[in-house]
Amino acid sequence: MPEQTQIPAPERAASAGPPARPDSAVIRDALGVGIAVGLSGFAFGVTSAGAGLTVLQTCALSLLVFTGASQFALVGALAAGGSPLTAAAGAFFLGIRNAFYGLRLSALLDLRAGVRPLAAHWVIDETTAVTLAQSGRRGARLGFTVTGLSLYALWNLTTLGGALGAEALGDTAAWGLDAAGPAVFLALLAPMLTTAVERATAGLAVLLLLVTLPVLPAGVPVLVSALAAPAVLLVQGRRARAIGTAARTTDDREERR
Amino acid sequence: MNVWIAIGVTAVGCYLVKYLGLSAPAGVLERPLVKRLAALLPVALLAALTAQETFADGGHLMLDARAAGVAVAAVALVLRAPFLVVVGVAVVVAAGVRALGG
Repeated sequence: MPEQTQIPAPERAASAGPPARPDSAVIRDALGVGIAVGLSGFAFGVTSAGAGLTVLQTCALSLLVFTGASQFALVGALAAGGSPLTAAAGAFFLGIRNAFYGLRLSALLDLRAGVRPLAAHWVIDETTAVTLAQSGRRGARLGFTVTGLSLYALWNLTTLGGALGAEALGDTAAWGLDAAGPAVFLALLAPMLTTAVERATAGLAVLLLLVTLPVLPAGVPVLVSALAAPAVLLVQGRRARAIGTAARTTDDREERR
Repeated sequence: MNVWIAIGVTAVGCYLVKYLGLSAPAGVLERPLVKRLAALLPVALLAALTAQETFADGGHLMLDARAAGVAVAAVALVLRAPFLVVVGVAVVVAAGVRALGG
């Protein structure tokens, strides 16, 4: 599913170090990611239909938004009774990281201005991961195109299948399908929890949500929880500065001796 | 109609950030603080969304079959199960608990 793949270091792709890989190897990698992740559009289709969106609305999201976590966030917030603007705000915040992927990809792909508006729609976690893993412009472009094409096509087909399937099932909660949404979020989150800073942010966000959910209007608690990110960075920055000051004081003392 | 407004705003917003990233001159968003915040925001949002979708029932907190499904999904993640398996076990366990009257 979108947004799970770890992004490799860009230095590897940017440096001219390793020799270019054959096209067939690039295509194989790209198709592997595109197919595996594309199939999980099914989970989105089911979740979206279970949240009360029509088949047309569900398909419009996959066609026009095409960044998985944001899509899940939007339908989750709408299902919880959030206003359209708070729901869209949460989905938009999740999509901001795609801007940073684009920054890293633009030099690698070196696209003509006419192609850029089209290519932009495919700038997501998976296409970025595959593109950055290639050496050379040809490999980068090929990896980006094959991943984008296969993922976009499959993600939209399986979204439609999931939405139609959910409609046929009737009450999706009776089938346990209301557990698919949170399981998807957890699966997206898990690979991001590598350091203490990330775990502290996740923990604080959950705490803020549980405390504010009963008292704030639907959709707002998630936005309040997003404040966990700057809060943890602030505390971490203070601590780093305190340690820096302490170290400098020690140095001064050493010098005076 | 409300849903279409949300879809429209999200589609335009998400597309614009993708396009801006691809078109911005290198170095514009390269300040370390901005990069760290951009990396940490999804962590906070995904954690909050997981908690909301697991425990929220309208404006109330509620412990039901979803929590059992998500707990088993967490175990599957620790065991490094593939994505589709993680979602699958969550669904099956939630359905099972509900069938048993949970």
